[in-house]
Amino acid sequence: MVNYFFIRLIQSVLVMLVVAFVAFSLFNYVGDPVHNMVGQEASTEKREEIREKLGLNDPVHTQFLRFVGNAVKGEFGLSYQLRRPVSDLIAERLPATLELVFISALIAIVSGVVLGVYTGINRDGFLSNIILILSLFGVSLPTFVIGILFIYLFSVILGILPSFGRGEVVDLGFWNTGFLTLSGIKAIILPSITLSLFQMTYIIRLVRAEMMEILQTDYIKFARARGIKKNTINFKHALKNGLIPVITITGINVGTLIAFSIITETVFQWPGMGFLFINAVHFVDIPIMSAYLIMVAFIFVMINFIVDITYYIIDPRIRIKEEVSPE
Amino acid sequence: MISEVINKIITNDIGYSFVKSKIAVISTIVFLTILICSTFAELIAPYNPFDPVNVSLLDAFTPPVWVDGGSTNFVLGTDQQGRDMLSTIIYGSRISLIVGFASILFAMSLGTFLGVTSGFFGGRYEIIVMRFTDVQLTIPSILMALLVDGIARGFISKSLHNDMAIYVLIFAIGISEWPQFARVTRAATLVEKNKEYILASKIIGLSNFLIMFKHILPNILRPVLVIATIGLALAIITESTLSFLGVGVPPTTPSLGTLIRFGNDFLFSGEWWITFFPVIFLVVLALSINLLGDWMRDTLNPKLKTR
Amino acid sequence: MSFLEINNLDIQYKTRKETINASVDVTFNLERGEILGIVGESGSGKSTVANAIINLIDQPGKITNGSIKLDNIECCNNEKIIQTIRGKKIGFVFQDPQTSLNPLFKIKDQLIETIQTHLKLNYYDAKKRSIELLQEVGIENPEKRINEYPHQFSGGMRQRVVIALALCCEPDLIIADEPTTSLDVSIQFQILKLLKDLTVQRNLGVILITHDMGVIAETTNRVVVMRYGKIVEQGNTAEVLSNPQSSECKSLVMSVPPTNKKIERFKLISPEGGEITNKSSTLTNSIIQNWAVREISNEKLLDFKNITKIFDEQLFFRSKKEINKLKALDNVSFQIIEGESFGLVGESGSGKSTIAKIITSLIKPTSGEVFFEDLSLHNPKNIKIKNKYRGQIQMIFQDPYSSLNPRFKVKEIIAEPIKFLQKGIGNNAIQKNINDLIDIVGMTRQSLERYPHEFSGGQRQRISIARALATRPRLLICDEPTSALDVSIQAQILNLLKDLQEELNLTILFISHDLPVVRQMCDRIAVLRNGNLCEVEKTENLFNNPKHNYTKELLRLMPKIESIYS
Repeated sequence: MVNYFFIRLIQSVLVMLVVAFVAFSLFNYVGDPVHNMVGQEASTEKREEIREKLGLNDPVHTQFLRFVGNAVKGEFGLSYQLRRPVSDLIAERLPATLELVFISALIAIVSGVVLGVYTGINRDGFLSNIILILSLFGVSLPTFVIGILFIYLFSVILGILPSFGRGEVVDLGFWNTGFLTLSGIKAIILPSITLSLFQMTYIIRLVRAEMMEILQTDYIKFARARGIKKNTINFKHALKNGLIPVITITGINVGTLIAFSIITETVFQWPGMGFLFINAVHFVDIPIMSAYLIMVAFIFVMINFIVDITYYIIDPRIRIKEEVSPE
Repeated sequence: MISEVINKIITNDIGYSFVKSKIAVISTIVFLTILICSTFAELIAPYNPFDPVNVSLLDAFTPPVWVDGGSTNFVLGTDQQGRDMLSTIIYGSRISLIVGFASILFAMSLGTFLGVTSGFFGGRYEIIVMRFTDVQLTIPSILMALLVDGIARGFISKSLHNDMAIYVLIFAIGISEWPQFARVTRAATLVEKNKEYILASKIIGLSNFLIMFKHILPNILRPVLVIATIGLALAIITESTLSFLGVGVPPTTPSLGTLIRFGNDFLFSGEWWITFFPVIFLVVLALSINLLGDWMRDTLNPKLKTR
Repeated sequence: MSFLEINNLDIQYKTRKETINASVDVTFNLERGEILGIVGESGSGKSTVANAIINLIDQPGKITNGSIKLDNIECCNNEKIIQTIRGKKIGFVFQDPQTSLNPLFKIKDQLIETIQTHLKLNYYDAKKRSIELLQEVGIENPEKRINEYPHQFSGGMRQRVVIALALCCEPDLIIADEPTTSLDVSIQFQILKLLKDLTVQRNLGVILITHDMGVIAETTNRVVVMRYGKIVEQGNTAEVLSNPQSSECKSLVMSVPPTNKKIERFKLISPEGGEITNKSSTLTNSIIQNWAVREISNEKLLDFKNITKIFDEQLFFRSKKEINKLKALDNVSFQIIEGESFGLVGESGSGKSTIAKIITSLIKPTSGEVFFEDLSLHNPKNIKIKNKYRGQIQMIFQDPYSSLNPRFKVKEIIAEPIKFLQKGIGNNAIQKNINDLIDIVGMTRQSLERYPHEFSGGQRQRISIARALATRPRLLICDEPTSALDVSIQAQILNLLKDLQEELNLTILFISHDLPVVRQMCDRIAVLRNGNLCEVEKTENLFNNPKHNYTKELLRLMPKIESIYS
């Protein structure tokens, strides 16, 4: 067991290092950091001075180590555009994105699994077909289109939900939450549903395909031949086997949500990390871009790790790899 | 000759399935219509909206023809600069389709090459390629495309930006989609590789390249086709998203996504048609491709036994 | 009134093209305490009938007519009644123990759940009963093993668990659908013995479905012979097998390789009942001349010397503990004389396929050498010379459905080796070659323009043979060439191979797990077990006077159709 996790831990660290290297290269070699900091008028001597101070003349591996050391501490330097420490910016906006992602994930996974199981078991039912048609729309509608349509319907025409912003936010020290105010809750409804729709439809189709495939396996047939009740077969046997790929998908899912939150935040002007990142790309604000890169990679790697742990707990074939007892 | 071909298609299992499925037929027709219209945009669109000669600010904000104030000159209305909506949409969809096709072609070539070779040769090479694939699959395409785009921006000077934008975009989206192809082709290659006709070819002494190209590749085309179709829809959506976010094609050659971004500003002030029609077009395009891809996946999937 | 009565059962599958009659007017009975065999080739409908009894026919099949009565209760097509019966009165055993058990649940849970579905027992009692059942089916240490998962059991053990699951609610009828087909001969023997014992001890009625006539002879009291959905003959097993009345049954019985003697060719019966006397191959004198048949030199053609093969599972991050070593072959040596037919027999995992792959250079041995004539095949210095020898060793494979490229026409498949090895050969010469080859294997010239999927398994094997012969090989390796074929088709193909060997003076290496088949085809036989060569002997000596213990075991355990006479 230790082996299993040890290898994966090493792999995660390796991935992080590679990402860090990419971020570091971004930092150092895309554009000129000095130029971005002092503008065009500074003299050559001033630039040299700053280069020395920033340690830009040191050998590459020293700079890289320094970079990694700083990253671990959460220091990513100053934003070119906003002239504020990147870590502050991220700390301010992280809660907004995380709350949004959390609610969307909940909606997507719960409804996705439920509807997926239903359409998998009742393959040709009327309701199933309707759900499938709607899911097809979900995959064909880009997230920003859904957002716009929602805004138009609920804000412009019906006027019951806000079309931008987070509403009132309560400050809890290191975290600020929108869950505790009515306007905060109202504000998160449209963005979270928008964000969840694409993922939800993807999950529905996946779970459905899984269920249909499992229901045709030999062990399900054998269970039916033993007289096990239909409900037990569907919800105990088939579901448990079907969960395994769903777990991977959930893992990837949260990652995708974080990425798509960029879009949703832009449409709804939600003050989160995604919005920050998009502006950084517009203005080629390298510190924010590389910091975002590392943060997101870290979240992905952690999620992968948790997914691996969950696999281990659920699938006995991974846990128990002893020699098979002889005849 | 033609009747022979048609007969062969209809009696063939897949062809029969196609003709029988109304959905498949309709979506193909819709898709082909859009494809043809956009390819021959110059002939079909009523105006060339990007030629300043045709455009006059006096025509700006004309509503569609069935609303008060509309005119038969501009069937779907005009935008804030007086450009005919129908024409901008037709030209716009051409950009969307070009980027979509090109990026998928790129992803397909790269992904298939890596997938087939890694599945065939195995060993360390396979492990490395698969690691890359796994890691990249966890990164959603939007993010990947944004990143590549952002990095490219850093490298390319501002003046070249607009000219290069479309190539950067194709590269970015292509890079984000190749893992899907790699994973599917590798899995299919692993299955084919152990089949006995491949062993027979090896015994004769056929070179590895010949075996991969002549024997394995034609037999794994089916899943590749399915992924390519669904990937095309995804590529088009990704491109429109990136353009909407302002990091896609330059505003001088707008795609459907760019048009939606333009129109978004006017949604609240009542000129809904500037956003609405590009949206409908985009959705119809993506939907028709997805329906086709869906039908292909169900028909070509040997695992789901429905006689 | 019998325990189980099936009358006039019709089952149909409606596809878009046609309606397939999976079973037509099937009528038979079963009493308690007897084992009834249902035998037939693929597509005969035996599994479908079995599935119909518990109403679990795959879609879109439907029972369109007939009656199924269990203890005089009509249960045909009646899902309500069947649900109370499934598992409780009828136990079903499927073919593949690898896929019959849910991999995520412990054996204990699967047993207890089944028991509690039908019997009113609390958890503790159900568990006790489960342990007793495992003991009864021959699993040692049941208290410990009941907490394990399916993947921790080997194939034979898993099948025992499946039988325990089928028995756990005290059913009166057991239906076993090819329960031992995917198991080794020794394990098959034990499982069949278990079934026989249980039948007697519990007074069960058992339906045993199989395609293996030897199993039928040794296990069943009565037998039903099916073909294309119809029953062609039924009755007491000894009578039906020793004196078949219908031509289909005659054909079936005649195609079974005898275990007690060697015959020249298998007798083939035409559908009308008469004997087919034509040769399986059409080798005219001109073809034989064309093919410049070699003289037999009785020289050593292949020398397999001290070969050891270890498969190394390499992980990216290597740690000494994790390297999984699999010794597939351990110091194996044998020789093949030109012109002879050499047999290689062993169970799964014995290394037979590995030997074939080493001879054809698909894999390299870890140590030892292989000499073809006098050339060392795996010596890297010989690579240039080796190319001259390509095509002199050829192989035909087991699975007719994956041995031909589905995208190539038959003529392209056969022509490929010719074109590759004789670069610059003219189109006319190629065409003549292909024509000769397709004639040799007994198929029509029109076949050349068709695709593999249009042909049956036996025909595909003929195409494979044509492809193998295209390079005029001196050594033809046959790796389980008929194991996936029906027994009557097997007889045809084996006849064909014998004809070809005689007329073209081929040297054959015949690999199989099926002892009776090897007896018919080979002059000398080597017995393999777990990578070790047990003995090499002339065929008759091996069968009449085996020296190695393992050989003796194999001979004792193999199902013999001749057992009806004892």
